[in-house]
Amino acid sequence: MRQPKLRTRNLRKTYGPVVALSGASFEVEEGEFLTLLGPSGSGKTTMLMMIAGLVRPDSGEVWIDGHLATYAPPHRRDIGMVFQNYALFPHLSVFENIAFPLRMRGMNETDIRREVAGALDLVQLPEVGNRLPRALSGGQQQRIALARCIVYRPSIVLMDEPLGALDRKLRDQMKLEIKRLHTELGITVLYVTHDQEEAMVMSDRVCLLNDSRIEQIGTPADLYFLPRSTFVADFIGESNLLSVTVASVDGSDVMLNAAAGVLLKARLDAGRSLRIGEAMKLMVRPEMLRVLEADANADNILEARLSDVILVGGVTKTYARLADGVLVSATGLTCGPPCTIEKNASIRLGWTKENGVLLPQPESAV
Amino acid sequence: MTIETGTKVRAPSVRTGRYGRPRPAWLGTWPMVPILLFLSGAFLYPVAQLLWLSLSGGSGHLTTEHYQRLFRVPVYFTVLRNTLAIAGWTTLLCIIGGYPIAYLLATTTERTRNSLILWVLLPFWTSFLVRTFAWIVLLGRHGAVNGFLETLGLTQAPLELLFNMTGVMIGMVHALMPLAVLAMLSVMETIDRNLMPAASTLGARRGQAFWRIYFPLSLPGVAAAGLLVFITALGFFITPALLGSPRQTMITQVVIQQVEEMLNYPFAGAISMLLLAAALLVFYLYDRALGMTTLAGGAAQEQGGADEPGPLARAFAAIGGKLTAILGRASDGIAILWERLAGGSAALAPRTSGRIVLRLAVALLLIFLAAPSFFIVPVSFTTDAFIEWPPRLGTLKWYGAILEHPTWITAITRSLAVGAMTAALAMCLGAPAAFFLTRARFPGKTASLAFILTPLIVPRIIIAVALFYFFARLGLIGSLLGLVLGHTVLALPYVVITVMAVLKNYDRRLDQAAASLGASPSCVLWHVTVPLIRSGLIAAFLFAFVTSFDELTIALFISAGVATTLPKQMWDDAILKVSPTLAAISTLLLVFVTFVILVAEYFQRQADKRA
Repeated sequence: MRQPKLRTRNLRKTYGPVVALSGASFEVEEGEFLTLLGPSGSGKTTMLMMIAGLVRPDSGEVWIDGHLATYAPPHRRDIGMVFQNYALFPHLSVFENIAFPLRMRGMNETDIRREVAGALDLVQLPEVGNRLPRALSGGQQQRIALARCIVYRPSIVLMDEPLGALDRKLRDQMKLEIKRLHTELGITVLYVTHDQEEAMVMSDRVCLLNDSRIEQIGTPADLYFLPRSTFVADFIGESNLLSVTVASVDGSDVMLNAAAGVLLKARLDAGRSLRIGEAMKLMVRPEMLRVLEADANADNILEARLSDVILVGGVTKTYARLADGVLVSATGLTCGPPCTIEKNASIRLGWTKENGVLLPQPESAV
Repeated sequence: MTIETGTKVRAPSVRTGRYGRPRPAWLGTWPMVPILLFLSGAFLYPVAQLLWLSLSGGSGHLTTEHYQRLFRVPVYFTVLRNTLAIAGWTTLLCIIGGYPIAYLLATTTERTRNSLILWVLLPFWTSFLVRTFAWIVLLGRHGAVNGFLETLGLTQAPLELLFNMTGVMIGMVHALMPLAVLAMLSVMETIDRNLMPAASTLGARRGQAFWRIYFPLSLPGVAAAGLLVFITALGFFITPALLGSPRQTMITQVVIQQVEEMLNYPFAGAISMLLLAAALLVFYLYDRALGMTTLAGGAAQEQGGADEPGPLARAFAAIGGKLTAILGRASDGIAILWERLAGGSAALAPRTSGRIVLRLAVALLLIFLAAPSFFIVPVSFTTDAFIEWPPRLGTLKWYGAILEHPTWITAITRSLAVGAMTAALAMCLGAPAAFFLTRARFPGKTASLAFILTPLIVPRIIIAVALFYFFARLGLIGSLLGLVLGHTVLALPYVVITVMAVLKNYDRRLDQAAASLGASPSCVLWHVTVPLIRSGLIAAFLFAFVTSFDELTIALFISAGVATTLPKQMWDDAILKVSPTLAAISTLLLVFVTFVILVAEYFQRQADKRA
């Protein structure tokens, strides 16, 4: 069996009465890019800090490269970390910043020069070695922080919202840059962010945290198409959530009662069972929802009144209100002349039964 | 909600024409005028006059005879050498002792810092006189320390801790360490807290991370602390006079003697100027090496300057790098040895021994700073006629003595009055200037601020002698006004710094919002700004009050035995004999000043919370 690069078991941390993380377990494979995604206060940074050895867990275990490292000091863990504000040493030149981890490992001077030059080439800033960090732009400082982190080839690179301080354009650029370094060097990355787009673009897998628990771990596609809770459905992308109750189950086909007596069809994943009459949520992504032409048909059809049509650019968003007052949105590619349907006009929205995802009722909602 | 047409709000009238041209820029600088005029008249001019006096002979010609005398007469030269030696040792010990305190305060949680910093601030504001009396109680032949050591059986005969170099060093280090801690803390607080964790994830042990990263970054703070302590120590006279012997006479004592006994103003002026020159030289060297901004708490990394370090800086960096590397290796060696001995593995929660040692050291240092003053309290209840430890408790007669003696009562009332008037005047002059310095950009801003802060840095004895000579001609010696004017010079820097600190956190958009809603500038100030920074203003007032209430040097000269303030009365008494009456009055002073400082601190924290 292959050894996971990083494994956590039941990590738990409380600050006084506040639970920062309650029993989180996951694994990261060698060469994998895993993102810890979640809203602020969900425990993702606490998790990262415990893996780095900068925060001590109350209970649970951290395994790095098959070694138990729960309470090992940071300098013994063979990890690299990129901090949100980069944490470049302001009194040391760029060269000395990158050389720092090598000096700590007792490397000789000629090797240090070679390795630092290599790292600077890798982040495409070969000329700045003699400068002080404050003389560089934000994007450049970010690259130097990356270079300092990968120059000693740590087992795992941890990144704590490294793009948070950059403006949008630079952020898009750095996303691809980090992705490139990841594939080129084959490093294992554990990345923390609250930005779902960042997570989707870069990650092999995403670990979504909410309320100090792991909500779901999976590939970006898994999380998008097969969310396991309304929280995931809501956090990743946009979603329409319809309140339904189970009417009947026939193999993998489910019939559902929606508001105003409408009957909807959905598919059931293998291995799941439902009670008749169970209250659930049916999630349909806006781009799966189509505004139907007068003669068109679909597995599921809802009557609604048009409330707004917004041209976003490449796509057009249609907002409509259902009979029970719920607002739903449908997103379609912008094509042809602008829509001519009047406000409050009656329209029909349809989708195929494979595109609806059945989710359990969220605990807090009534 | 919509506003009905019936209740239409009157539009503010805009007279055209008047707003066509911008207001002349110089009109806006009025807030700076009073304070600069005041400091020029009550500080700059007298000091310049003293300089002139020290250079003029009997018939008005220029001469250097007074300066020559200082170096020619061996007694004075010895005093000069003594002064430098005492100031130097004090500086060194203050930094060594203060660094761990500042480090712990800078790296701990905010809550812990807020509660610990009071233990630094309290001695910082407690009267020098009270603290010096406390050491007399503690260090005497029959004092608390000797008593404690003998009880433990560590010593047979009492140690000679008082009236020698040991006593002076203990007293001075105790007096000035809070200043060193605050100066270092202001720089350490700007060091990014992520740097040490970053260094440790990159493979550095605690020792390496500290010596290679934290220590070099904190050096500007160490230098600032050294500078402030050294210059303040140069001007000391209370501690050496009360805790030392004639062999520890310092230069300021000579100045006092020359003025009070010999009436030799030119020679006193010459000594003062030499002291001033020494202070300015130290400042100049500091500025060349590190730049002034670090003194005001700015981080080293925020300074301007070349992007690439120059050759000299690189040479320094190389030497410094080697040195810090060696220190790092050495301290890590100890840590490794400790780990071997104590065991420990990745699976077990480690004992953070380093941090515990630090906490212990800081606890001891804070006790050293804060505890001695309280030894004065039991002595004030002694039934003996002299100060001895342990005191035989059980009488209030020394407090009774204060009440019976009209001199004490008048001194106390006079000090309260002078303090209140000083604080009021300093607020009137300082607060507008603080507003202007925080908000406006104008050429000479840094220079103006530096000028306002100068009284903090110039040894007080110089200001005192200069004012004495100046006020003598104006007939202000022995007057309340003279005391108030002199104390205001000293209180102004505190007022300006405190108000500026509050305003820096103030969100100016609130003012802009009020103005856009139709409030005139004075309405904005009165209804929005002042209520929001009220706590900060109260704190500034109280700091100014305490500065005056506790002041001895200027009072020593200006009061001239007529308008005696409380510290002056205490000093006069102490010169004759340190009696339990002084312990009683010190206790009262300790309680009062502690109360005022706690109130001021409370208001300052309220101000921080609001901002």
